[in-house]
Amino acid sequence: MHKQLLLGVEAIGQGAIDGGMSGVYAYPGTPSTEITEYIQENKLAIERGLHSKWSANEKTAYETALGMSYAGKRTMACMKHVGLNVAADAFINSAITGVNGGFIVTVADDPSMHSSQNEQDSRYYGKFAMIPVLEPSNQQEAYDMAREGFELSEKTGVPVMLRITTRLAHSRAGVDCKAVLDENQTAMPQDARQFVLLPGIARRRYKSLLEKQAAFVKLSEGSKYNNYYEGEEKSLGIISCGIAYNYLMENYPEGDCPYPVLKISQYPIPEEQVRKMEAECDEILVLEEGYPLVEEHLKDFFGKGTQVKGRLDGSLPRDGELNPDLIAKALGKDTSTGPDVPGLVANRPPALCQGCGHQDAYEAMNEVLADYGKGHVFSDIGCYTLGALPPYETINSCVDMGASITMAKGASDAGLLPAVAVIGDSTFAHSGITGLLDAVNENANITVVISDNESVSMTGGQDSSAQGKIESICQGLGVDPEHIRVIVPLKKNHEELVKLFREELAYEGVSIIIPRRECIQRASRRKRNLKRHANH
Amino acid sequence: MKSNIILAGVGGQGILSIAAALGTAALEDNLYIKQAETHGMSQRGGAVVSHMRISDKPIASDLIKQGTADLILSVEPMEALRYLPFLSETGYLVTNTTPFINIPNYPDYEEVMAAVKEQPRFVAIDADQMAKDAGNARSSNMVMLGAASPFIDIDFKMLEDGIRNVFGRKGEEIVEINLKALRAGREFAENNK
Ligand SMILES: Cc1ncc(C[n+]2csc(CCOP(=O)(O)OP(=O)(O)O)c2C)c(N)n1
Ligand code: SF4
Repeated sequence: MHKQLLLGVEAIGQGAIDGGMSGVYAYPGTPSTEITEYIQENKLAIERGLHSKWSANEKTAYETALGMSYAGKRTMACMKHVGLNVAADAFINSAITGVNGGFIVTVADDPSMHSSQNEQDSRYYGKFAMIPVLEPSNQQEAYDMAREGFELSEKTGVPVMLRITTRLAHSRAGVDCKAVLDENQTAMPQDARQFVLLPGIARRRYKSLLEKQAAFVKLSEGSKYNNYYEGEEKSLGIISCGIAYNYLMENYPEGDCPYPVLKISQYPIPEEQVRKMEAECDEILVLEEGYPLVEEHLKDFFGKGTQVKGRLDGSLPRDGELNPDLIAKALGKDTSTGPDVPGLVANRPPALCQGCGHQDAYEAMNEVLADYGKGHVFSDIGCYTLGALPPYETINSCVDMGASITMAKGASDAGLLPAVAVIGDSTFAHSGITGLLDAVNENANITVVISDNESVSMTGGQDSSAQGKIESICQGLGVDPEHIRVIVPLKKNHEELVKLFREELAYEGVSIIIPRRECIQRASRRKRNLKRHANH
Repeated sequence: MKSNIILAGVGGQGILSIAAALGTAALEDNLYIKQAETHGMSQRGGAVVSHMRISDKPIASDLIKQGTADLILSVEPMEALRYLPFLSETGYLVTNTTPFINIPNYPDYEEVMAAVKEQPRFVAIDADQMAKDAGNARSSNMVMLGAASPFIDIDFKMLEDGIRNVFGRKGEEIVEINLKALRAGREFAENNK
């Protein structure tokens, strides 16, 4: 069959469709976004009517997927690594309820923090929840694991995690697609009580999860994704996880690695193969993208056992993503490099687009806040976070989605006035609403700027679930309608913006300012699409 | 055959259209491809890079090792310099000469061009002007692909087909403009390498 050129994320989308999935549930987040976008545009997915609309956040996505699994159908929840923090309550407990229809949770980690606040390693979450974790080493495996993961989930009775990292997510290669499987029929769970986690039932369910652990290890040991390659030179054994296997092989282009190599792409750790390596090799080098999970597991606390090398002993850097050069160094191989980067090359950080509405909001805020000095503005995650950088430097925080409103309230409680929050429309829908309710209930003295560009722009302009609802949400929570102020952020409205900010900062209570103008990137994409459809 | 290509530019300049045309051509030629892209935050006007690898044998790594790129193809001159450590001893630097200045501390343009011209093997081409001459300023990326084509071991016909594939749905006129841009770029590189 003809190979399809697919990004790792697209391979997962295609694999899920071909594996008989009935719905994907997700909130955008780099590098996971394109899985859902791919499914949204896929012909077969549209024909089958597979669910693929965006959820308000990762927790709602995860729980909705769990509901679909309860009803017997195959489903996938997708998110970036920090999204799993938001969904963590549902995630951990779903390992205890177990599943009915196959359930894959795909989590995309971002080592080196290309587009993230941290580089947490989701494999720890998999271990924490005690479920099988799949970690593809290439696009083909990503496809196969998505397609076959539902069956693994149904067989083991628990959700299965599919963990990828940025490089695989956003790298393209030819993928062989296989036969399309049917969707499941709707069917009740066999155990009518399994989803009722009252303590009595939860204890029973938890025990059964514990009892399954040995079987999960056996599955890993027999997995076609975990391979032991023999090697003559036993002074060293190499364990490589996920994409690190490719970086290792790049250093042996003729396939001539002299050392025994264990490739791990399914967890829990395949114990039998690891023991074999320990028995025959003097030292073990662990190559893994992310935190040193396997390395830590194998490292002997008292230092009496086999020496284990990797990120913890300095053979590899403790942080950041791997690449073939770092692995060459860890193997003591010669590394050549081209000319140095000339000193004149300047950094080119991302910036707000020229003409973006967030700019107009920041211009006005800077003018008004100049009277109070720096340090009064709590913000959130989105394009508007770039307002922390020159030339604006308006905002003073970006922690996790929703933290602007709540941190502003805390600071205001502590007497820091004025206390201002800047949050985007999608972030408000994701996690801002509950914080605003807290603020309203205590009539906190805060000014909340919901910078509404009618789009989830940072991740590429998806539909925002708050579209058209922001004022009514605020009113419903109890904000005084007189202090919900909407304005179009444009240069020509600068004076009006300034006046409005002044008035609302002076108001002692919760006030909402909504600068509203469509993201210019989204607007031009919309126009291009219209034109394209008109041409057809 | 084996080609390691670094594609460089600034978010929004559309280096991925070059990658798409090249990738389609390589696929039609029954070659193996791996191509790592930059998505996400940097697309907001930051530095973006794509590692493109084409080979007649299976490819292991999605990322190119330092010192092994056969070609750095950059649509912006300062960005061309950012990835020099990847260039092999026999590699070519092919860059557009039009700067994209969206930072206050962009270095002196003459110095940037001097650093480009210090490289033993380079092609510096005013792709923006050449694209205008071909009939559409937006086809500068295809001028760049044309300028890089003498250094990539893919049949030129395949590249032309790649362009027909990528731009086909936009109509015959757009296809022709891009083909013209591709050929102009190639001719310039042949005469100025
Ligand atoms: C928990 C979590 N989920 C997803 C993301 C990825 N993410 C970062 S910004 C953003 C979009 C924010 O959209 P909005 O608030 O409307 O701001 P805009 O980018 O449109 O200005 C998303 C989805 C994240 N950082 N954290
Ligand atoms: S993508 Fe949209 S919201 Fe983001 S900076 Fe550009 S115009 Fe502003």
